[in-house]
Amino acid sequence: MSFDSDIQGRLETDAKDIIGRYPKPRSALLPLLHLVQSEDGYVSKDGIEFCAQQLGITEAEVTGVATFYTQYKRKPVGEYHVGVCINTLCAVLGGDQIWAELTEHAGVGHDEATEDGRISLERIECNAACDFAPVMMVNWEFYDNMTPEKAKQLVDDLRAGREVLPTRGAESLSTWTEASRVLAGFPDGKANEGVQAGPESLVGLELAKENGWKAP
Amino acid sequence: MEGTMTTLTPVLTRNWDQPDSFTRAAYERNGGYQAVRTALGMNPDDVITAVKDSGLRGRGGAGFPTGMKWGFIPQNSGRPNYLVVNADESEPGTCKDIPLMMADPHVLVEGIIISSFAIRAHHAFIYIRGEVLHVIRRVQQAVTDAYAAGYLGKNILGSGFDLELTVHSGAGAYICGEETALLDSLEGYRGQPRLKPPFPAVAGLYGGPTVINNVESISSVPSIISNGAEWFASMGTEKSQGYGIFSLSGHVTKPGQYEAPLGITLRELLEMAGGIRAGHELKFWTPGGSSTPIFTPEHLDVPLDFESVGAAGSMLGTRALQIFDETTCVLRAVLRWTEFYAHESCGKCTPCREGTYWLKQMLARVENGQGMEDDIGTLNDIADNILGRSFCALGDGATSPIHSSIKYFRDEYLQHIEHGGCPYDPAKSTLWGGVK
Repeated sequence: MSFDSDIQGRLETDAKDIIGRYPKPRSALLPLLHLVQSEDGYVSKDGIEFCAQQLGITEAEVTGVATFYTQYKRKPVGEYHVGVCINTLCAVLGGDQIWAELTEHAGVGHDEATEDGRISLERIECNAACDFAPVMMVNWEFYDNMTPEKAKQLVDDLRAGREVLPTRGAESLSTWTEASRVLAGFPDGKANEGVQAGPESLVGLELAKENGWKAP
Repeated sequence: MEGTMTTLTPVLTRNWDQPDSFTRAAYERNGGYQAVRTALGMNPDDVITAVKDSGLRGRGGAGFPTGMKWGFIPQNSGRPNYLVVNADESEPGTCKDIPLMMADPHVLVEGIIISSFAIRAHHAFIYIRGEVLHVIRRVQQAVTDAYAAGYLGKNILGSGFDLELTVHSGAGAYICGEETALLDSLEGYRGQPRLKPPFPAVAGLYGGPTVINNVESISSVPSIISNGAEWFASMGTEKSQGYGIFSLSGHVTKPGQYEAPLGITLRELLEMAGGIRAGHELKFWTPGGSSTPIFTPEHLDVPLDFESVGAAGSMLGTRALQIFDETTCVLRAVLRWTEFYAHESCGKCTPCREGTYWLKQMLARVENGQGMEDDIGTLNDIADNILGRSFCALGDGATSPIHSSIKYFRDEYLQHIEHGGCPYDPAKSTLWGGVK
C-alpha cells in the first residue's frame, strides 16, 4: 500500500499544480485520477489512497467517482488501448464487422488485454468523428476510415512494436500512461504535430472556395 | 423548390485549410484577436446586447438564445460569476466541435474572453471530453499561448479586465454534456444532473451565477463583435439566425462539415455532398443527433432551422445529419442507440434508468426475431413513461428513436416479428459492402 516515497513526492508536486488550477480543491479529482492512472496505468488502490489524501476526502468518495467514468480503468489495460466505435453510425458503416474480426484476431474481448500486455480492446461510444466512420482510437488518438484489414494490421503492428501513426494526431503515438498525463493537464509538447484537419473536415470549405461562396 | 439555392457560408471553418491554422500566429494573421480589442473597449452590457441582437441561439442542441442566457446572470449576488464551455461533444452523430477545436482553438479562446467580459466572469473553464487527446493538446496550447500574449491573466491588453482560463478533461461519460451534470463533474463528483430550478444562471458552479455555452456558440461571438449583430442576423431565417456547421455522415458520397445559414435543407446539403452513395437511396436520417426524432425522405425539404424542424416533429439539435440508406435496418440502428442510452444513463432517476434497461431488451428481442406484435405497443408505452418524466434530457432523448421509428417504420417492426428475425444483411450497409 501507498506509493514509494519518491513517486509520492513527485506526484504530490503534480497534485499541488492541479489543485491550484481551481477555486475549490475537490474540482481537482478528475485530473488527479488521470494523474494516478498515468503512474500505474489504471486507478490502483494506491492511486485512490493518494487522491483521497490530497483532497482530504475518503477513499470511498474517490472510488465512487472513479467508477462512474469509463476512462478510469480498474485493472491494467494494454500499453496501447484500442477502441472501436460501435455506436450506430460507425457500427452500420462497418464498426460491428471490425469489432467481430478484431476480437477474433487478437483473441481478447471488451476491456481485456493481451497476455503480453501490449494491447487491450474496448467497445467505445461515439467519439465525435462520424464523418470519418468507421472510427477507431488508440490511446485516444484518431484512426479514421478504418476497415477490418486495417484494424487487424494496426493491432499486429502495435504488438510487434512497429509505429502506426494516427490519421489526425501526433507524429509519435503516446503510450497509455503518457496520454493519461496529458489528460491530467500536463502538456507533452506535441500540440504542433500532425494535420490541422482531416480531409472530411474540409469538404464544405473546399466546395465553397470552388464556387466562390462566402459569408456576406 | 423555391427561391435561390442556399450556398455555404464559411466563417468558423474559413481557415481550416491552412496547415498551421491552430497556432496563434495563424489566427492573428487571419484577423484573430481583433474582436477582443473591440469588445474590451465596450460596456459589457453592450456586448450582451450585441449578442442578443444577433439572434445567436445555443449551438449545443437546445437552441436557447445566448444573449438572453447571459442577461440572466445577476451582477450583485456576492458570489463570483463563471463561464463554463461545454466541450463534451458526445451526442451520437455530432462531430463539429472536435474538428473546430483541433483546427482553430484560438477562436474559442477569443470567444471565451469576450463572453467572460460580458458576464463579468473572472474564471472560465473549458470542460472537454477526455477521449480526444490531440484536441486537448491543441486547446491546452492555445490557452498557454493566449496567456503568453497577454490575452489571458491580469489586466488583459491593458483593459483592467482579469481572466483565468482552466482546461479540464472529462473522463468518459455522455451525461456530462448535460449542463448541470457537467457542473457536478467539474466540481469533482459523479456527473449526475441537478434539479432545476435553481438554474445555473442563479446557482451554478460552486453555487455562483454560471453561464454554460457550447463550443460553437462561444466561437461565434468574435464574428458577431467584428461584423456586427446585423451581419450575423442577415444569415439564416427570421427566428433562427446566423450560420452553423452541418455535419453529414453515413451513406453519403462526401461526408464532412458544411457551414451554412440555418434553414438550408438536406436536399441542398446532399446535392453538395454528392448525394447518397452510388446506387442507393435515402431511407432515414437524424436532423440533429440520435436524440432527435428520425426523419425520412419526405422531410428532404424541411428547412433546417429550429422552428421548421420542430414543426415537422423533430429537433434541430446539433445539426448532426446521420444518413442511412435502404440497406440499413432501422431496428438495428434504434437498438444500438438504445443500448447507448442505457449504458450512459446515470442512474439517478427511475424512468430513465429502468426504462432504457427494458427498452434495450425488448428491442433486442424484436430485432432477433422473438418479438410479438404487442411489443410495439409496449415499446411506445415504456417510452411514454420516460418522456417528460425523467430528471434530464437524456431520458427524453432516448425516446426519440423509439417513437419516431415506430411512427415511420411500423411495417418494418411487423416484418421482423412475422419474419422471425431481421431481413437485412448488415454486410451490405458497410462502406465496403454497398457497392452495386
